[in-house]
Amino acid sequence: MSMVHVTATVNDDEVEFLCDPRETLLDVLRDRLGLTGAKEGCGTGDCGACSVTVDGRLVCSCLMLGAEAEGKSIATVEGIADGENLHPLQEKFIEHAALQCGICTPGILVATKALLEKNPDPTETEVRYWLAGNLCRCTGYDKIIRAVMDTASDLRKAS
Amino acid sequence: MQYHTPGSFEDAIAIASFAEGVTRFLAGGTDVLVQLRADIVTPDNLIDVKHIDGVTKIEREDSGWRIGIAVSGAEMSEHPDLHNEWPGIVEAMDLVGSTQIQGRATLTGNLCNGSPAADSVPAMIAAGVSVSVAGPNGTRKVAVEDIPVAPGRTSLEKGELISAVHIPARGSDGADAYLRFIPRTEMDIAVVGCGVNLRRDGKTITEARVSLGAVAPTALLVEEAAEAIIGTALDDAALETLAAAASAACNPIDDKRGTIKFRKHVAGVLARRTAKIAYERAGASI
Repeated sequence: MSMVHVTATVNDDEVEFLCDPRETLLDVLRDRLGLTGAKEGCGTGDCGACSVTVDGRLVCSCLMLGAEAEGKSIATVEGIADGENLHPLQEKFIEHAALQCGICTPGILVATKALLEKNPDPTETEVRYWLAGNLCRCTGYDKIIRAVMDTASDLRKAS
Repeated sequence: MQYHTPGSFEDAIAIASFAEGVTRFLAGGTDVLVQLRADIVTPDNLIDVKHIDGVTKIEREDSGWRIGIAVSGAEMSEHPDLHNEWPGIVEAMDLVGSTQIQGRATLTGNLCNGSPAADSVPAMIAAGVSVSVAGPNGTRKVAVEDIPVAPGRTSLEKGELISAVHIPARGSDGADAYLRFIPRTEMDIAVVGCGVNLRRDGKTITEARVSLGAVAPTALLVEEAAEAIIGTALDDAALETLAAAASAACNPIDDKRGTIKFRKHVAGVLARRTAKIAYERAGASI
């Protein structure tokens, strides 16, 4: 099995890796680059726990091959905080207790960050539809939605 | 598995023509990678088409549109003009999967996956969309309704792939619409889907195409349903005939998502509702 050599940018750092052509981007992030923030929930694109952005576009990293990442810019949950300083979304998720087991949280943070960059003033319905592909089995979603709406409101005031 | 990244359709065709074993083309991967990971399909050769020139573009073509085979659903939804002209196609594609899936999934993939329930397919059939099929013997244009032949199977031959999607010119006084029935609000597979595209002259419908999904082994172009509304002002009698024609065209299966009886009934209901939306979008009032 010939390995594929890939150069990409992950959270603004240039990375190089060799991967089996069948390996997903999620496998590469977790097992080759040590970035275990993105989680494998279903492996079939249904749960969104593996959400990352690729060239700014929200995708499931379990439904993309590592080999496809050549030349791409990938952002994961590890790149959301600024050093020790949490991103406002992360602070609000803690404040609102918008997580319990936490498996879905990295994907939801990446997905909501992408939403707020595209639409700083979403309605609750827009947030719920945007996050329809991020399943959470603990919270019942309500606290997540409140945390997102509250963050959006704060970020609008700050800008 | 060999992973290929051809830079041209010629190269992609050459690889696919001479490849042994199972070959799959990869654009968005939202079906192919699920099948690969579930060991449903294990390709010996996976041909990533995203490095081919022009595959990520939405361009004007003969007053209509040419959609590249790697254009994602999100890119279609974000396009400034496409939705204004063909809301039915864009909204049908947008119904497929989540935000994450929309970031990668393509019209061509939705078509070539061969699911009878693919949302974009009835919308494309109603709109009269065709595709270019490129292969070892050159390129041919094929109507979307002639691509799927059975669940999971297409009319494409070894070495062939779709090289572009062609949406016709919108023209005046026309509009399309697509509706599907699912038992929830998001993230589900159509129990029935219906696409309608029509044109009017005053209040009278002069052209129409009606297509149904998820009610037969492949999406259907239902000529009787179109004939039921052509020449009418979409009055109650025309809507009744339309619904009856749509229900009669169904050849569905019973499964966990819907019974035969239910699917036939819903096909009629959706045909009426979809036709009304298209008619109103075309500038007519009922």
